[in-house]
Amino acid sequence: MQIVAEKLNFVYNKKTKFSVKALDEVSLTIEEGDFFGIIGHTGSGKSTFIQHLNALVPVQEGILKVGEYDLSSTAKKDKKALKKLRSKVGMVFQYPEYQLFEDTVFKDVAFGYSNFFPEATKEEKSKAVCEALRLVGLDPEEYAERSPFELSGGQKRRVAIAGVIVTRPEILVLDEPVAGLDPKGKRELMKLLHLLHEKECKTIIIVSHDMDEVAENCNKVAVFSEGKIVRMGTPKDVFSDAEEIKRLRLDMPLTGYLGQTLRENGFSFDFDLTEEDFIKKLQEIKRG
Amino acid sequence: MLRDLTFGQYYPTTSFVHKLDPRTKLLLLIAYITAVFVAGNFYGLAASLLFLLIAVAFSAVPLWSVLKSVKSILFLVLFTFLLNLFFYAKKEGDTTLFWVITKEGLISALFLASRLILLVMGSSVLTLTTTPVSLTDGIESLLKPLSYIKFPVHELALIMSIALRFIPTLAEETDRIIRAQKARGGDFDSGNVFKRLKALIPILIPLLVGAFRRADELGNAMDARCYSGSKNRTKYKKLKFTFRDLIAALFTAALIAGVILLNNGAI
Ligand SMILES: Nc1ncnc2c1ncn2[C@@H]1O[C@H](COP(=O)(O)OP(=O)(O)OP(=O)(O)O)[C@@H](O)[C@H]1O
Ligand SMILES: [Mg+2]
Repeated sequence: MQIVAEKLNFVYNKKTKFSVKALDEVSLTIEEGDFFGIIGHTGSGKSTFIQHLNALVPVQEGILKVGEYDLSSTAKKDKKALKKLRSKVGMVFQYPEYQLFEDTVFKDVAFGYSNFFPEATKEEKSKAVCEALRLVGLDPEEYAERSPFELSGGQKRRVAIAGVIVTRPEILVLDEPVAGLDPKGKRELMKLLHLLHEKECKTIIIVSHDMDEVAENCNKVAVFSEGKIVRMGTPKDVFSDAEEIKRLRLDMPLTGYLGQTLRENGFSFDFDLTEEDFIKKLQEIKRG
Repeated sequence: MLRDLTFGQYYPTTSFVHKLDPRTKLLLLIAYITAVFVAGNFYGLAASLLFLLIAVAFSAVPLWSVLKSVKSILFLVLFTFLLNLFFYAKKEGDTTLFWVITKEGLISALFLASRLILLVMGSSVLTLTTTPVSLTDGIESLLKPLSYIKFPVHELALIMSIALRFIPTLAEETDRIIRAQKARGGDFDSGNVFKRLKALIPILIPLLVGAFRRADELGNAMDARCYSGSKNRTKYKKLKFTFRDLIAALFTAALIAGVILLNNGAI
C-alpha cells in the first residue's frame, strides 16, 4: 500500500486560546517497501502526522490516501472500512507496554486479533498469536500464559508489538520504538524490525530521536520542524548539511560525524552513512 | 477530546480578579452562594447575576468560558426543572396552565434552575481565575484553625493539590490509551450498555496500573527530598491581603445587603 499525503494541515484545540498548529502543509509519499524514518525535534508534529495514517486523528484539511483508503477531509467516513484500514496499518505507540491490560500475554496479544477477525476460529487465533509471539522473539510455550505485568520492560514492549502485528498489517508504524531501552535491547528491537520488514510488513515507518538508528536502517527520511517537512530524501541527502541539521536542533549520526571529520582532513569520503558502507570505504582508503 | 475538561480549567491572563488573594475569592464565593440561596425572588437573582457579570468583566475571562461550565451540568438543570415543574405541590388559588402544570410551578421551577446556573457560573469564575495550586493554598490557609483540634489540614491540602495536579496527566493518559486500543480495533462506542462497560476494561486497567506506578514514583521522589509532612514547613509564596481584596469584599457586602433588601421588598 502506498501512502500519499498532500497539504495536510492540523490544529489542536481549534478556535480556542490554546490552539496549536501541529501540521502545516505536509505533503509526502511513502512507497510500498520503504523503511521510512521520521525525525524532528520535540513538538514538531511527528506523532500527530503518523496518527493520521490510521485515522486516529482525523484529517482536518488536505488529502490523505493510504492504499485504497481515502482519508481526506472531504471523503465520507465508513466505519467498516475504517476497521479494515486499522487492521492493515498497525500502530505501535510510544511506550506501548503501558497499554497492556490482560492477565496473560496470550489474551493481550489476541485482543487485536479478536477485534479485527471476530469470525476466526479458536485454532486460527491461537496460531496467529503464537506466530506473532515467535516473530518478536518470545517463545509462546514459555510466555503465553504468563502475566504481562511481570515481564521486563523490553519483554513487555515485545508483547505490545506482537499485539499489533498479530493482524499482519501491511504497514507498521512505530512511534519511538526504542525509547527507554538499553543499548542491547535497542539493537535487538531494530533487528526485529528488519526481520519484520523482510517477512511480514511491507512498509515500516518509524519515528525516532536516534539518528544512528535512522541512518543505519531507513532508506528514506523526512525531517519535521514546526509542523512542516523541511527536508526529505535518503539519509545521505538529509544529513549532508551538518549546519542545517544543527539549526533544526537535531544530531548527526555518528558515521556522519566521522565522515565529515575525515573529509575535513583531506580524505575523499563519500558514503551511505551506514556502518557497513563506512567500513567498506575505510578499507578502500587503507588499500590506497 | 478529553483534554478540554472545562471544570477547573484555569484561564491564564492577568486581571483584577486574577490578582485577588485566593482566600478572598473563596470567601467571596461562599458569600455569593449565600446570596443566591438567600434571594427569595427574581430580583435577588438578578442582582446576583449583575454581580457575577461585573466579576466576569473584571476577570478578563470571556463570558463564553463561564457559560461553557453550565453545559456540563445542563442535564442536572433540566432534571431539576422538570422535577419541579411536574411535582409542584399545588396550592389553593394557583392558576393551572394545562394538566398538572401551574403558573406558580413553572415560576418555581425556573427559579430553582436559574439558581443552579448562577451557582455553577460563580464557582467557575473562581476556578477560571485561580490556579489549582493557589486554590489549595487558600483552602489550606483558611482551614488552618482546624489544625489546633488535630485535623490534618496540611495533609488534606497536599492530597488535594496532588489530585488536581494529576487530573490533566491522567486525562492525557486516558486519551493515549484509548487511541492505542482503538488502533488495535477496540470499539468503545457501539453495542449495548453491557458491551460498552466491558469495552472499558482495556482502558481502565492500564490507567489504574499507570496511576499506581505514578503514585509509587511520586512517593519515592518525595521521600528522596526528605518530605516529612507539615512540620516546620515554610511557603515559597506567602498569601497576602491587599487593598484590592478590601474593595472586592465591600462590593460583595453590597450584594448581600442588596439581596436582603430586595427580599423584603424594600427597594
Ligand atoms: N492532544 C493535544 N492537544 C493539544 N496540543 C497537542 C496535543 N498533542 C500534541 N499537541 C501539540 O502539537 C504539537 C505537535 O505535537 P506532536 O506530539 O505531534 O509532536 P512530536 O513531534 O511527536 O513530539 P515528540 O518528539 O516530543 O513526541 C506540539 O506543540 C504539542 O504540544
Ligand atoms: Mg511524539
